[in-house]
Amino acid sequence: MTAPASTQTVDLVARFPDSVTADTRPGFSGFIVKKENLVEVATAIRDEFGFDLLSSVTGVDYLAENMMEVVYHVHRTTGGPGLVFKTQVERVDPVEVPSLYSVWVGADFQEREAWDLLGIKFTGHPDLRRILMWEGFEGHPLRKDYKEGFFEEETKPFKSRWPDGHHNYVEFKNPYRDNLIFPEGFDPDNYTPKNEDDLYFSLERSSMKKAEGDLNTDHIVVNMGPHHPSTHGVLRVAVELNGETITSLKPVMGYLHRNHEKIGERNTYLQIMPYTDRLDYFNSMANNFGYAIAVEKLMNIPVAERAEYIRVIMAELSRIQNHFIFIGMLINDLGSMYTPSLYAFEERELILDIFEAVSGARMMCNYFRFGGVVRDIPADVLQKIKDLVFDRLPAKIDEMERFLNENEVLVGRLKGVHVLNAEEAIRHSVTGPVLRAAGVPYDLRRADPYSVYDRFDFDVAVRHNGDMYDNYLIRFDEMRQSLRILEQALKQIPEGPINSQKPQYQVRVPAGESYGRIESPKGELAYYLVSNGKPNPYRYHVRAPSFINLTAVETMCKGVKIADFVALLAMFDIVMGEVDR
Amino acid sequence: MYGKGILKGLSVTWKRFWDTYLDDISWWVRGKKRYYTTEGVAHRSSKDARGIFTVQYPEEQLIQPEEFRFVPFLVFDGNEENKEVRCTSCGICAKVCPPQCIWIVRTNDPNTGKPVPQPAEFYVDMDICMNCGFCAEYCPFDAIKMDHEFAIASYDRNVYNLEKLLKPASYYAEIRPLNYNKEEEARKAKEAAKAAKAAAATQAA
Amino acid sequence: MEEHKEENKYEGLNLPNYNIPEDIQNVVSITTIDRLYNWGRRWSVWPLMFGLACCAIEMIAAQTARYDMARFGMEVMRPTPRQADMMLVSGTVTKKMLPSIIRLYNQMPEPKYVVAMGACASSGGPFKEGYNVVAGIDKFLPVDVYIPGCPPTPQALIAGMMKLQEKIDKQSIKKVRWYEKGKNDSNYVPMPILGPDLIDVRRNAEYKEAAAKKEGAA
Ligand code: SF4
Ligand code: SF4
Ligand code: SF4
Repeated sequence: MTAPASTQTVDLVARFPDSVTADTRPGFSGFIVKKENLVEVATAIRDEFGFDLLSSVTGVDYLAENMMEVVYHVHRTTGGPGLVFKTQVERVDPVEVPSLYSVWVGADFQEREAWDLLGIKFTGHPDLRRILMWEGFEGHPLRKDYKEGFFEEETKPFKSRWPDGHHNYVEFKNPYRDNLIFPEGFDPDNYTPKNEDDLYFSLERSSMKKAEGDLNTDHIVVNMGPHHPSTHGVLRVAVELNGETITSLKPVMGYLHRNHEKIGERNTYLQIMPYTDRLDYFNSMANNFGYAIAVEKLMNIPVAERAEYIRVIMAELSRIQNHFIFIGMLINDLGSMYTPSLYAFEERELILDIFEAVSGARMMCNYFRFGGVVRDIPADVLQKIKDLVFDRLPAKIDEMERFLNENEVLVGRLKGVHVLNAEEAIRHSVTGPVLRAAGVPYDLRRADPYSVYDRFDFDVAVRHNGDMYDNYLIRFDEMRQSLRILEQALKQIPEGPINSQKPQYQVRVPAGESYGRIESPKGELAYYLVSNGKPNPYRYHVRAPSFINLTAVETMCKGVKIADFVALLAMFDIVMGEVDR
Repeated sequence: MYGKGILKGLSVTWKRFWDTYLDDISWWVRGKKRYYTTEGVAHRSSKDARGIFTVQYPEEQLIQPEEFRFVPFLVFDGNEENKEVRCTSCGICAKVCPPQCIWIVRTNDPNTGKPVPQPAEFYVDMDICMNCGFCAEYCPFDAIKMDHEFAIASYDRNVYNLEKLLKPASYYAEIRPLNYNKEEEARKAKEAAKAAKAAAATQAA
Repeated sequence: MEEHKEENKYEGLNLPNYNIPEDIQNVVSITTIDRLYNWGRRWSVWPLMFGLACCAIEMIAAQTARYDMARFGMEVMRPTPRQADMMLVSGTVTKKMLPSIIRLYNQMPEPKYVVAMGACASSGGPFKEGYNVVAGIDKFLPVDVYIPGCPPTPQALIAGMMKLQEKIDKQSIKKVRWYEKGKNDSNYVPMPILGPDLIDVRRNAEYKEAAAKKEGAA
């Protein structure tokens, strides 16, 4: 880590007195950049101030102020706090903001998402298509004036539930008796659906065909997915092939787009908690963690001491089971079905038993509350965790290593297949194990410590080759480090209350914004919240590591063999619940 | 030597293969039953689990921890003929439920029109319920609790009404003894405090 | 429950234009052949290898060592619909995904079963209100078993599978809809179209009418 946090504050206003002002709204921070100077300022932020990692890009629709705001969070991969800057435009279609694709390539998918869901047009973006919804979908759903078919009320709780809650299917309230809305005078008989030309054009545009010289070969386009056994869920990838070599590739997602953010903006702060479980459904504990941190920041409340330790214990256990599954699934994708993943799932079951005992559910734990956790770890469960951490898991990790690491076939498939180098990874905003395997020791638990991670002695796992084998091995390193943290946490865990607040179902959240981020097993998971003092967040955005890591998949896969592609994709450890949200 | 890593890996599988027999034999030698007993299931979910890992549902079941939650149910005191529903239709669970799948009709006194602490109708749409447990967590009257029963698949959609939701307090005590006892104690303490207060008031008067 | 039953029938909330087979209600005499036939089928229900969301992870967990669906002859997950007997809709059905699901279903050979695993597949679940979510796969496909839960634990899934086996037991070659002669193939579901919103082509007339009415009102 470089200089301590306090010396890193940046005075953008002094540097750009004409185009930058400080954001002075109460509870907000950062800078407001004039739209015309955005690219210039962003370049300076990257090159002069050293914020090389674009963490998140998102939009906020201020309907009442007739304003659209784009919010950028940038960080340094050397650590320390981030920088927020925003740009504001009038909310008149077309809402246009210059694209920062040329400054940080990592803006690619996030800008497409903002275009899709909020209708902010990023001028200069090379490939601005819808990303989560399909081409031809009517409207931009995250705008505040968009109402879906089953819209009932602006915010929950709905009045129809109590005291006069006669059960009624919501279907009967909609004119189409389903979750549908059509534009006025819509005639389905004469409708021609939009085909996917845009996708294929864009595939063509970024193809490497021309670079290959004069040899006249036919390129074929193959669609993998959305129903494809090895894409980890419902991801579709359109690939253009020259023989077996990928010349161009575009991921198509949104097949699991469940409108997490729209629903979240209708929920109360507490009600979002169980929804976050369903983002990265392997790691509900980590998702809870990030969200709890974001809200606690906003509410400015402390977390009970014991609860901090419980949180760390749960998050690290979650990381271990995630990496076990990663290894199992990777081997599956390489074509050796089942045995390693069956072994991996055994350990996962034992860890899930613990989650079930403390939180009540195996996968959807819903265990964190603002200021602490729901309930204490019972003594027998604590013993069980100790048994696992001190006894079983180290041995099982060793066993897994013995089982696979030297296997010649595996090594042959993985070694030397280039994934990403450090520079590419940072440019594409890739975080998590993939970034660390490329040699960048960027781990939020060290780079910007949250919770009580600064009290533990552990190393950030780094590998330097950036090939698949390193990406695979780093998972073992991380599990080992997690065990180290767990051992210390289990020894140090103090007695005491598990929540600093009284249990309450309606929390008071002052107006403002917050950005809470944690190191989830897949990368940097962050939540961006805007509150206007009401019981529901005004804007709720999830910076999902799986989604943003996918930005790099195109660069990474060009020129590789199609057989390696599936394994390369597995390296990112994506979870569709988080990619599509 | 090429192939050494594979052999090393196979030794792990080989060991695992023998473990399945060795563990069975060691249980048999000790004269204990590894299958279809609680002890056996507990062993298979402990840190010492090796060998066969399968819990053969439905013949045997995993041991459910007390906190396990599936879908909610309503608790009633008293007996089957005279159900004293604990719910007062205060509406907190309906308000806190994230997907808004609880529907409550409050009873109104037919004469005065004032609300009576009794639900007239109570529905939970089990096809929406996300098993989050908030309703049970925030109900101030311990009236709604999360069930352990999970084999509730059906041939139709599942909207549970009051009748289907109600389960006796004894059932609750059975599935969640620790919680039940804790709540009973708290309730007794509260009643005692109330009685003491009342006694003090009469004395003062 | 009575009231809800009635509402369920309400002008095709589920399955517009689809004859829900009564094979559960009217169990006719089961012959020995039926019994043999059903016995064979009940122990070899091959699921389609097909996962949608969080529930799919519990489906995978149910296939692994601890729950071991192989004990029920259900471990053979077929990646191709041509070889599958059962579609386990495990997760949130989104509008964008729906055409693919329907295509997979139409490609499955008969007899075929659909199991809605979890709240989402049954009725949209916690995400029901979302703009990209289909409120239950039963709006398009005939669902045989609904498994509530979010997610149903692997044991709950197995309980649901046993429920499906019970259903298979009660079927008779003579009665099941895919052997009935003289009817057009009621199992074929036309592909929905992704337009400004999801277009279920069976309901085009209805949409037109409602859109016109809305226009009049506006
Ligand atoms: S179940 Fe509890 S929270 Fe819900 S209405 Fe009844 S008393 Fe209130
Ligand atoms: S468990 Fe959660 S989703 Fe289900 S009824 Fe209770 S509050 Fe609602
Ligand atoms: S029912 Fe619950 S667990 Fe299953 S897919 Fe839906 S949200 Fe996920």
